[in-house]
Parts: sequence; C-alpha cells; structure tokens
Amino acid sequence: MTATFLAVVARDLKLALRVGGGAGIGVIFFLAIVTIVPFAVGPDLPLLARIGAAVLWIGALLASLLGLDRIFAGDHEDGSLDLLLLAPAPLELIGVAKATAHWIATGLPLVIIAPLLGLMLGVDPKALMAVSLTLLVGTPAVTFLGLIAAALSVALPRGGLLSAVLILPLAIPLLIFGVAATNAVVAGEIPFGTPFRLLCAISLFFLVLGPAAAAAALRHVRE
Amino acid sequence: MPLADLANPHRFQKLARVLIPAFAVLAAILIAAGLVLGFRAPADYQQGEMVRVMYIHVPSAWLSLGAYTVMAIAALGTLVWRHPLADVAGKAAAQIGAAFCFLCLVTGSLWGRPTWGAYWDWDPRLTSVLVLFLLYLGVLALLRAIEDPNRAGRAAAILALVGFVNVPIVKFSVDWWASIHQQASVMRLDGPTIHSSMLTPLLISAAGFLALFLALHLAAMRNELLRRRVRTLRILAAVSAEGR
Amino acid sequence: MKLVVEGLSCSRGGRSLFQGLSFGLSRGQAILVTGPNGAGKTSLLRLVAGLLVPTAGRIALEGSDGTVGEASHFVGHLDAVKGALTAGENLVFGRALLGGGDTSIELALERFGIGALQDLPAQVFSAGQRRRLALARLLVAPRPIWLLDEPTTALDTSGQQMLARLMAEHRAGGGVIVAATHATLDLKDARKISLPNGGAV
Repeated sequence: MTATFLAVVARDLKLALRVGGGAGIGVIFFLAIVTIVPFAVGPDLPLLARIGAAVLWIGALLASLLGLDRIFAGDHEDGSLDLLLLAPAPLELIGVAKATAHWIATGLPLVIIAPLLGLMLGVDPKALMAVSLTLLVGTPAVTFLGLIAAALSVALPRGGLLSAVLILPLAIPLLIFGVAATNAVVAGEIPFGTPFRLLCAISLFFLVLGPAAAAAALRHVRE
Repeated sequence: MPLADLANPHRFQKLARVLIPAFAVLAAILIAAGLVLGFRAPADYQQGEMVRVMYIHVPSAWLSLGAYTVMAIAALGTLVWRHPLADVAGKAAAQIGAAFCFLCLVTGSLWGRPTWGAYWDWDPRLTSVLVLFLLYLGVLALLRAIEDPNRAGRAAAILALVGFVNVPIVKFSVDWWASIHQQASVMRLDGPTIHSSMLTPLLISAAGFLALFLALHLAAMRNELLRRRVRTLRILAAVSAEGR
Repeated sequence: MKLVVEGLSCSRGGRSLFQGLSFGLSRGQAILVTGPNGAGKTSLLRLVAGLLVPTAGRIALEGSDGTVGEASHFVGHLDAVKGALTAGENLVFGRALLGGGDTSIELALERFGIGALQDLPAQVFSAGQRRRLALARLLVAPRPIWLLDEPTTALDTSGQQMLARLMAEHRAGGGVIVAATHATLDLKDARKISLPNGGAV
C-alpha cells in the first residue's frame, strides 16, 4: 500500500512538473489577484495593510482552485483511472496520494510566495509569519476539499467553475479562522492560538472528509 | 550579413559561438567599470550609500522595457514576416526581459525601503512595472502551456503585441501622474539633469547591461534551438523504431 | 483459483445489454467475447474487473481472499499511457501501482519490440507503439486474470503475434484470459460468448 501511495505521488509530481502550467500558473494568478486589488481599492496604503491578510487568503484560495477540477480528469481521459481502481489500495488512499501531490505542486508554492506578496500589500511583518502559517495549514484542506469536486466533475468538460462553486462555500470556515488568526497577531485582542487551533481542527476534518467523499463519488458517479 | 541568412539555425549557432563570449566579456568589463566609477562618485545627500543601487536598478528598468520591445518586434517577425528564428528570439527576449524586470522590481524595492520607508508602494510607475512583469509571466506561461514550439510561438506573439501598449505607459507614467518615484532624469527632451559624476558611471553600466542582454539573449536563443532539436530527434527516434 | 460469474445482468442507459450471463474460468482457460459495437463487450469486462456495478448477478474469485479487481489486469480501449513520461517510467509506475513481478522493464519492452523507446517520452509514440506499451504492462505487473478489451487495436501483424505468444504463455502458467474483440484473435480453445445474448456458457 505504501508503494502504491508513493508511486502515485511521485508520478503526479513528475507530471505536474513536466506538463506546462503547473505550479507556475497558480503563483502568477496569486500575484495577479494581489496586483489588481489596489486598482479597485485605490493605492490607500493603510487600508491595504488592514485588508492585506484577507486579500492574501482570498488570492491563495482562488489560486488553489485553479486546476483542482483536473485532479482526476487527466487520468479519466487516458484510461489511467481504471488502473488506479485496480490497485491493491483503497480508492480513498489513491485520493489522498493525488491530493498530496497536487498540494505540493500547486499549494505549497502559494504558501511560500505569500509573505512576499504580503510585503507588497504592506501587511505588518509580524502578521506575515501568521499568514504563512495559516495558509500552510489551510491550503491542504482546500486541496482535499477540491478532491470531492474533482471526483464529481470527472466526466464534465467544463468542470472548472462548477468545482469553484462547490468548494468555496465549504472553504468559508477556513477563510474565517485563517484571517482571524492573522489579524489576532496584529490587533492582539485574542491570542493567535485560539482561531489557529480551530483552523487546524477544521483542516484535519476536511483532510478526512475529502478523500472519503471523493472515493464515494468516483464509485457512484462514474458512468 | 542579411537577416535572412541568420534564418539557418546552423549559421546562427556558428555566429552565436563567437558573439556570446564577445558580448559577455564586454559586459563584464563595462559593468565592472560602471560600478567602480559609481562607487567613487559622491553619495547622495538624501539617500546615502543606497543610491549605488541605481547603477543596477536603472539599467534593469531600461532593459526590461527594451526587451519587451525586442519581443514585440520578434512577434511581428513571427506573424507578419514569418522569419524562422523570430519566435525563438521572442521566447528568449521574454525570458531575459522577465528576469531583468524582476531584478528591477527587487532592487527598486530594496532601494525604496530606506528611501521611502516602504518596500513597496502602489504608485503608477511601480504598478505599471509590476503589470509589465505580469505580462512577461503571461507570455512565458503561454509558451509553456503549448507543446508544439511553432504554435506556442505564434500564440505568444499575439499576446506580446497586445501587451505592448503597456510599455509607453510605464515610461511616461511618472510624468503623467504625480508619483513618489523619481522623475525622468536621463531620457528627457532637454538633456539629462543628473550630474556627470553619476551620469557617466550610469551610462557605462547601462552599456554593460546592454552587452549582457545581448549575450544572454543569444545564449537563450541557442538553448531554445537545441531544445527544439532534441524534441525533433526524439520524434524521429520513435518513428525509426517502428516496424520492428 | 477459479473465476466464477453467475447470473450477470447489465443495463446501460436504460437498455438491457445482457441478462443471466454465467461462466467459470479455471487455470489456463480463456473466453472470447464477440459481438458488434455497443453490444456490451466492454461493459462485461468492466463488470468482471469491478469497474462497473451489475444490475444483477455475482462475480467471485473462489480459492482466493482478494477481490476480483485486485487479481485482474485490465487493458481497455484507452492505453493508460502518460505522454509526459517515458516508456520506462510508464512501466515503472504500472509496476509500483499494481505490484510487480520478476520481469524487468527492459525485458518487457523488448518482448513487444519497443526496447528502443525506453527513454523516449510517450507523446512521440505512434498509436501502435502506445498499444504495445500498454500490453507490456501486463508483463511487469503480473496478475492471474487478464481482461483485454480490443487488445489488437492499432497493432500490426508482428505486434499481434507477440500478443498471441504472450497470451499462450500466460495460460500455460495458469492464468486466465477474457478478451473482447470484433477482430480475429488467436486464442486457442477459447469458449465463446456472443453478445448481445445472455445465457450460460
């Protein structure tokens, strides 16, 4: 089973690196979102600093959504999904493997670049660490949630927007506590740990819910 | 040598083998000279030693605009005149230009911190350079997304031309909108306004950067041609393995 | 170990494809499923593999603990070959995913005459080469039950001969084969199931 898990993660990472538009696109999109916010809001530095954490979270969330619907689509299109279903490992584990590879390839770069973008928005340096930490905990949950949407949209050609519509409402708790934890560091009214621990709990819940629901969806919805 | 002769990749490789080291050496000499003179010039009365970053920041800025222009001309070459090496030149210009643009943004940010108190500001000049950087990234992303180099080159050429409108906006943004960024002090209609002790090293450094750009651009073109050759060889290898 | 299918029924899109299909396969036996397009050949194979859920009936593996799916190797219409990976890498993945045997990657590729393609990315392969790669996977990830859906698609004569030899070896070693095709397939002494039409075999 470990061999199967590692094989899937390794292959998906290789594919993400070789096929154009993997990690890079997510980071560019994140940068683009951060860039357009001041155009809409105005170059009001204090305002940008105040909403900075929120903008980073929204940007990371939207950038994570890119390509989530494709997690299973590629394998479905060339028949690899059949092979995955015959592996001596539960479908849930396959889902975890694919989500892990997807997060390493697309989610992790977002977490790494977030502090840099936070600097551009004038976010408080103390808060930059907090933003990265909350994103580190939150983006895997978004990916694992996305697994469900990916499973449901396996056969749909235009699954992209549908996935976003499905995932965004479920991701709201992550957003709330992620931004709350970051602002806690700046405002200091509540300790960082309180919302952060809730964020971790919700993330862990989604880490389990995602693969379970995705596997169920794949079994029932496919054909 | 007429441009059409360079269309032959073999001739290009031979020329590149000579030109790349030549430009690289020239670049090294000029940039070193520019920086040495720059350090000997007096420090700015407001900004202190940090002003030296100017000798890297300003040429990078000029080159990121220049590279985009090269990319746009190469785009015309791809779409209108159909020169075979045009899309190779365009891709190389995109890669090098993006790098110089990034260098400009980073050096500018480091320069801005002690000078304005912030790593970044959303004023017109900085924002339009950031948008220029995004356009570069868009072209590079498009090139990566399409497997066939010729199709990718044509698509990227269209995108590059569409984005070209941003280049004059960047150049003139400082004049059109009030900005905390330095007003133009070199490229002005009535002559430069900075003192020659700073202007000379700046121009020498800029010339060095230009030589560096040429060296890197030719090297990038050579690499892209080699990459395409590898791709073709792989396709041929698979075909020749058929029928066994 | 015996593959047992009893009373298998399948409907797709509201239409009943076959009903009450029953057969058993022991060591070395093979079944050839024939019929026109849309008759349900692919569905039958996918049902046996566990990729589809039947309307009625039972599929079981007697004399073994695992599911039928875990004892099967399914080669479908599509090749399950990743273009961005080399032939070698594709087989390495197949072996790691499904559990490998003694056959080396090089040997598996050579058996199908595509040894020269080991380090080339699969996207430059022809359809026939991709098919051979998909079949080479049968060698690196050995499993007792082979479910082959139109295996000779895009294969030239030499490829078909290689496949025939391979299938004979598999059966001689105790494996079973269920193959669906509307072309001719060299499967000696195979029982035939002709779709559409249910019934015991």
